[in-house]
Amino acid sequence: MDPSRGRDDGAQQPGATGDRSTLTLHINGTEQTLTLDHRTTVLDALREDLGLTGAKKGCDHGQCGACTVIVDGRRANSCLLLAVAHDGARITTVEGLADGDRLHPVQEAFLDRDALQCGYCTPGQICSAVGMLGEAADGFPSHVTTRTAPVSAPAPLDAPEIRERMSGNLCRCGAYPRIVEAIEDVAP
Amino acid sequence: MSQAPPPLGTPAARREGRDKVTGTARYAAEHTPPGCLYGWPVPATIARGRVSAVHTDEALALPGVHAVLSHDNAPRLKQPDDPILAVLQDDRVPHRGWYIALVVADTLDHARAGAEALRIAYETTEHDVVLSENHPGLYTPETVNGEYPAVRERGDADRAFAMAPVQVDATYAIGALHNHPMEPHASTAQWTQDGHLHVHDSNQGSTTVRESLAAAFGLRPQQVTVVSEHVGGGFGCKGTTRPQAVLAAMAARHTGRPVKIALPRRQLAAVVGHRPPTVQRLRLGAELDGTLTSVSHEVITQTSTVKEFVEQAAVPARIMYGSAHSRTTHRVTALDVPSPSWMRAPGEAPGMYALESAMDELAAALGIDPVELRLRNDPADEPDSGRPFSSRGLAACLEEGAARFGWYDRDPRPAVREEGPLLVGTGVASATYPVYIAGSSASAHAATDGSYRIQVNATDIGTGARTVLAQIAASVLNTPVENIRIDIGSSELPDAPLAGGSSGTASWGWSVHKASTALLRQLRECTGPLPAEGLTIFADTEQETSEKSPYARHAFGAQFAEVAVDSRTGEVRVRRMLGVFAAGHILNPRTARSQFIGGMTMGIGMALTEGSTMDPVFGDFTESDLASYHVPVCADVPEIEVHWIDEDDPHLNPMGSKGIGEIGIVGAAAAVGNAVRHATGVRLRSLPLTPDTLLPYLL
Amino acid sequence: MKPFGYLRARSTAEAVRESSAHPGAGFLGGGTNLVDLMKLGVETPDLLIDISRLPLDQVGDTDNGGLRIGATVRNSDLAAHPAVRTRYPVLSQALLSGASGQLRNTATTGGNLLQRTRCPYFQDTSKPCNKREPGTGCPALEGAHRDLAVLGHSEHCVATHPSDMAVALSALDATVQLHGPDGERTVPATEFHRLPGDTPHRDTEIRAGELITEVVLPPRPDGAGSLYRKARDRASFAFALASVAAVLGVRDGRIEHAALAFGGLAHRPWRAYAAEEALRGAPATGETFERAVDAELAAARPLRDNAFKVGLARSLAVDALAELAADS
Repeated sequence: MDPSRGRDDGAQQPGATGDRSTLTLHINGTEQTLTLDHRTTVLDALREDLGLTGAKKGCDHGQCGACTVIVDGRRANSCLLLAVAHDGARITTVEGLADGDRLHPVQEAFLDRDALQCGYCTPGQICSAVGMLGEAADGFPSHVTTRTAPVSAPAPLDAPEIRERMSGNLCRCGAYPRIVEAIEDVAP
Repeated sequence: MSQAPPPLGTPAARREGRDKVTGTARYAAEHTPPGCLYGWPVPATIARGRVSAVHTDEALALPGVHAVLSHDNAPRLKQPDDPILAVLQDDRVPHRGWYIALVVADTLDHARAGAEALRIAYETTEHDVVLSENHPGLYTPETVNGEYPAVRERGDADRAFAMAPVQVDATYAIGALHNHPMEPHASTAQWTQDGHLHVHDSNQGSTTVRESLAAAFGLRPQQVTVVSEHVGGGFGCKGTTRPQAVLAAMAARHTGRPVKIALPRRQLAAVVGHRPPTVQRLRLGAELDGTLTSVSHEVITQTSTVKEFVEQAAVPARIMYGSAHSRTTHRVTALDVPSPSWMRAPGEAPGMYALESAMDELAAALGIDPVELRLRNDPADEPDSGRPFSSRGLAACLEEGAARFGWYDRDPRPAVREEGPLLVGTGVASATYPVYIAGSSASAHAATDGSYRIQVNATDIGTGARTVLAQIAASVLNTPVENIRIDIGSSELPDAPLAGGSSGTASWGWSVHKASTALLRQLRECTGPLPAEGLTIFADTEQETSEKSPYARHAFGAQFAEVAVDSRTGEVRVRRMLGVFAAGHILNPRTARSQFIGGMTMGIGMALTEGSTMDPVFGDFTESDLASYHVPVCADVPEIEVHWIDEDDPHLNPMGSKGIGEIGIVGAAAAVGNAVRHATGVRLRSLPLTPDTLLPYLL
Repeated sequence: MKPFGYLRARSTAEAVRESSAHPGAGFLGGGTNLVDLMKLGVETPDLLIDISRLPLDQVGDTDNGGLRIGATVRNSDLAAHPAVRTRYPVLSQALLSGASGQLRNTATTGGNLLQRTRCPYFQDTSKPCNKREPGTGCPALEGAHRDLAVLGHSEHCVATHPSDMAVALSALDATVQLHGPDGERTVPATEFHRLPGDTPHRDTEIRAGELITEVVLPPRPDGAGSLYRKARDRASFAFALASVAAVLGVRDGRIEHAALAFGGLAHRPWRAYAAEEALRGAPATGETFERAVDAELAAARPLRDNAFKVGLARSLAVDALAELAADS
């Protein structure tokens, strides 16, 4: 359950004294070696340095979820991750979910249910949903999970569970009911 | 192709959906030309006064910082069409958060560091930022937003109220609210050698933005191109040109490089508009049978010293219910505060909260069911103008909604439904929104391969504009929608009005309909093969849309809500919500449903979670980020059911549609508030209904 | 944000050594609060010492039946840990009531303890704040303070601590293990966070160069149940208006063990010793609970706009105790 597992700890140690380091990110299966200002977040590296603009900047402070990507198997707010600290990390963005022309089932479900309007929160919603489904399969509880739920079994996902678990992704267009429907369609 | 089903009114899927779910749809900040620099705006940190010095040495000495723009050196603008765009032109600070400088650097990190290193000296003046009912600056404006008269009187409202056997006299207060679309305002600007300005900008209408940039920079509109291919929501705050576009263009001119500016979320509250606070006094007088005899709606609100914007909250009372006597007034005062502007259903959203709460109070006072009270006061003609309604579906919405919601089983007594610690209640409110329409132009092109191409500078802020416009064209051309290519989102396309006032589809759609109709006629007249370049028809609807309709044209709706109030904590959760709307012909049930739900969701926020409070000492909104300004989250929003009464209204436009983008929020907060009253017996007259306001009445 | 150096610590000793050598250094765990505050200019480290890959990411039993939680264990992993869910449900619930799924995946145990107040004046470097810049004043006293303290505040600071997790740790009598230049020491969670007094810039008892290495939970008291209750402005992803962590053991209708801590009311998780005193040995009845909680909250000194918190906290606590009593 440790998200740091799976990182390549043999990666080159970034420089300690300067204010830039060379680091490697494995993004959607492609190795990317970058020299970045230590201030650069994973989100800005994706958007400004790598041209991967699928992850969105809505607040830049971890308060909206539009920047959600999957880091070493777990969803995270990429606006709060310093790239230098994620040297060696495996990152999946919305651009990396589809298999060629075949969309990820969550992407398909969002289209089927019209679970988007302006689309700006959508990549974050989709990455969050993918991550959330994994968490539930791993038995992670949520705030609304009953206290008597078995501790080592996958967590069943009904609508209240989905709503709670997706509450880190704001949608101002109000697509929530349809997002919940879309996730119900793909939830086990 | 002629066997295609009629494409209008069918649930066509969103055309750009795949681009949006795969992350390939590009928004304004996602175009980075080679050599692009980054701008970081610097807001004033005083509430009123002037900038006495901008010390730039330290900022300019930082790595990567290319320039610091301030009123000392920024390019001079011609008179902008909106005073909020006159940034960096003089030393005046009209409110906290007003932009006083811009740092331009080679990376975002360098730009932000440069902004932090800037030292600004101010001369401060005493400020006045608090609205009160007896503020000495209150005055009656000429007109209010939407160009409605500020005051309308019919009969003798005071006398009729005094004589009414049943009276409600209540004052409602709503604090400021912020649009907070998920995409912050952004612009990437670039000048070419020939003096042409190219801008990728996040807005609700790039023809409008082109016009105002041309005016600000003294250019002909043809010298400006504004592209807004995908826009991450607006809800009104992108309806007008915003400072990021002017700043980016200024900085690009100053540095000779492309410049990108995405406004930081924390700065938005002060510079892109908001719904201003209102204090609304309602006086309703009624006969014992519920017949309204006097309706008085008096609104107090605020604007900034930069411009006059008056939230038209009393306007819906002019059309909602019949009464022989009526007074609707607005007074406003200009404070040293950020400039208010449009937020989803300006006027209707706050005004109908007050009116529909007062109607609920009146129903309780009369002992008449709230649905029935509204039905008894449903007028035949528009009360204010006397014009007949082109269609008025309020009664149908209320009746359909009541049946679907299970309203008629309701026990009207308050505070009698307990489920353990929860108090459960239901509420209803009416909704209305006017039919606006503006002239638009469009072109329709037939290619030799049998396909069509429609061009119109519409903007898709999440409504599904591409999809519905393709449906309109396909329906005229009698071809499958797949056979229509549609280009929107660039000022190089035929001019079109903005996505605002719920008028986009009607306005753009009419011009698309007209161009497609003319194209079809030409094609039918064309006997031989098409010329190699195909056939193109251009149409505009200035004339037909400027004709004043003899009808009063409004959409109507009914909102029903069930809430559970935790008597231990004062937390209110909406359990279910139903909206029934009568908005003409619904052109795409799939995207329409999403918009209605979206409006109702924002209404839940207005009722329960959202509010911006003015800090009297500092002159800014305390809730400046998305951790403190509580946009509803997924867990706040239950299943929302939406239905509509399809109207056949021949007095609208060729599609027979009314706007749907805003009516979903109207009445939603009142329905929730009325449900809270039914659940608890507590009538609060201010929003939002957070635990701190409700709990003292429950413990 | 100022430029800063970055060092990935290979050991706790190295992290502490480097921190001591660089007075402007900060430790980087998950960064969810630190990076946020760096972007606001509130935190301005010259050097970040990344401790997120240190082997402090384990949860394991102690010899006496307690639980040892590494400082870099992620909040979501901790909340899901079977030992936490079964033996310390109050901790799991507190964690799950905070932030969002994404943030919990990133935030660490140590970082959660060290998060800083959400007071709007603290977060805005253009305004005075005694916590951020000692001596500049506290605008919250007369300004926006609906969300701020009703207990233990001073004329210098009325901030509240935002953590949910820390409230549970306080009620569980956890200890915080610190590793510093002068060696290791243990601080009770109840004393880890400070009251503001006239030094509101110090949130905790942590000393320069010290690193949180782990949090240790004592064994669960025999037969005691625990739970966390939180009230907030929206249904999820919001800080507490008030919260309570309660641990209650009842035998034959009498209270054997009681621990109660409030969140959202003070500069630190507010351990309700007076209430516990009134609970211990008393019959587990609603009347006892009300009397006990009132005894604690008698000390409340609400500000102009936050008196509601007193009633809210009372209601949450009485209800939590009643539910635990009913379950036992």
